[in-house]
Amino acid sequence: MSSLSPSLSLALPPPRTPRAAAFGQVVLNEARLVRRQPTNMIGSIGLPVVLMIIFGELPSFHQPLPGYGGLILFDTYVPIIMVLGLTMLTLLGLPGPLVSYRELGILRRLSTTPVPPSWLLAAQVVVQLCIALAGLAIVNTASVVAFGAPVPKSAGGLALSCLLAIGGLFALGLLIAALAPTANSVNAIGRLALIPLMFFAGLWLPRAIMPAVLQDISNYTPLGAAVEAIQDSVQTGFPPAAPLLVLAGYTLVFAFLARRFFRWE
Amino acid sequence: MATLESTMAGSPEKTADGRPAVEVAHLRKAYGSLVAVDDVSFTVTEGEIFGILGPNGAGKTTAVECAIGLRRPDAGTIRLLGLDPHAGRDQVREIVGVQLQSGALPAKLRVGEILEEYRSFYRDPADVGELLDVLGLAAKRGDYYRSLSGGQRQRLSVALALIGQPRVAVLDEMTTGLDPQARRDTWELIEHIRDRGVTIVLVTHFMEEAERLCDRVALIDHGRVVALDTPARLAAQARGGKSVRFLPSDSFDDRLLTGLPEVSRVEREGQHVVVTGTGELVNAVILALYAAGVTARDVQLDSSNLEDAFVKLTGKNLNKEGAQA
Repeated sequence: MSSLSPSLSLALPPPRTPRAAAFGQVVLNEARLVRRQPTNMIGSIGLPVVLMIIFGELPSFHQPLPGYGGLILFDTYVPIIMVLGLTMLTLLGLPGPLVSYRELGILRRLSTTPVPPSWLLAAQVVVQLCIALAGLAIVNTASVVAFGAPVPKSAGGLALSCLLAIGGLFALGLLIAALAPTANSVNAIGRLALIPLMFFAGLWLPRAIMPAVLQDISNYTPLGAAVEAIQDSVQTGFPPAAPLLVLAGYTLVFAFLARRFFRWE
Repeated sequence: MATLESTMAGSPEKTADGRPAVEVAHLRKAYGSLVAVDDVSFTVTEGEIFGILGPNGAGKTTAVECAIGLRRPDAGTIRLLGLDPHAGRDQVREIVGVQLQSGALPAKLRVGEILEEYRSFYRDPADVGELLDVLGLAAKRGDYYRSLSGGQRQRLSVALALIGQPRVAVLDEMTTGLDPQARRDTWELIEHIRDRGVTIVLVTHFMEEAERLCDRVALIDHGRVVALDTPARLAAQARGGKSVRFLPSDSFDDRLLTGLPEVSRVEREGQHVVVTGTGELVNAVILALYAAGVTARDVQLDSSNLEDAFVKLTGKNLNKEGAQA
């Protein structure tokens, strides 16, 4: 009985999910934008590399830390610098473009096409992930080759720690993108959040020499857990479950909240 | 003011034939206590340019956003080429091209790059080079979006609505902010696209645009359709018909004219007489006067336009800035 204008239905193409090629095009243009507006790459790759070179050249960073079995200050800073690069991406690189796309009505425009706006979000994550991995690889390799930092004891542990750190931090970046009303407010939130986040990562006071109370707090912050997991992978072997679980927990909670609060227009 | 006859002659009647491209019935949408759209119904026939005209805040954009499935209406039914915009979302996105009001694009992407990206979304897209030619953007293909003028950005936005070769194109305030020349160029473009068989829904608060382009117009005010017809008929309706103004050679009794079936009203303006009515008004009036031995001199046919219709139907001026542009 359902002969709902058959001639019309026949004339219409059947529904179709846009091809992978379309996603490739979206990623390509996002990558072009990152290359043409390199501020984020400077913050997440350039800044860590510069810090590493400075710290690597300072003689005081090569004195053994008393009571830490030959550990030198530079070695404790390598994970901190790696995490700093990720943090710059989290606070600025990832949420910045997404919020401005919402502001400019680009997400809305996409929702009138066969490609859903979530593809643009996914493309951003892919591009920023490439930057994150490049930054981590450059800092880690150069610290070993150029400045004599120890070769990681557990490569698998390091990879897992880095992935979970990226997971937790990217989810936080998406949560910021969900909550920030304008691109300017992303910058304000980023500046506010950077100091406490990096404090507990040990940028000003490495975790190894933090008072016990601060170290306990640090263990449960995303950056503290990330530094702990990376540092353990480099210096002792596969990291303990605690920091990995903390990172996994942050990934889930932030991702859930980001999904819950994200507005497409 | 054009004469009524010439305006009428230029307006094809599109209501009766053709299949419906867009059907909207009893649409209602409220934001909290604010009713943006209240019981709006209209049908757009395939191949026509259909105007949705009204002042800012009348509910035009909300109605259109519901119609294309971007918003969920509180009540009412919508069909786009027979499809429900939510249940048939994927098909609708493929065959309906949309240019939304005030959308920007990334500053540091080139025109060609943006079009290639959007092109990849569709099954059977238009050729980028050809589309840029038609839109007069061919020379801008390698330029960054941020270097484009307002008119060029607007045309790129229209290009993105058309890149998928849609069967229906919805264009919201496409000439707002354009200079008069760019506006006329865009109008020509729209006619060109319609000639290729695309149904066009044009949202505008710009009277001249609706009058020049649209086969039919829905006047929307306070979330309601206050009138829906060809621009010429709406204009005629505003006057309650047409009117003829003349200087009689001699005095005569008004009843000589009010008795005619074509005449609805007779008024005196000083020495002049203004007769309002329908049908073959002029012939009827002049013949009746002639029979009574009166000659009509200085005969002026008066007609109203869409602007008059709007003022009459809504009691407000649509837009001063548009009328002057």
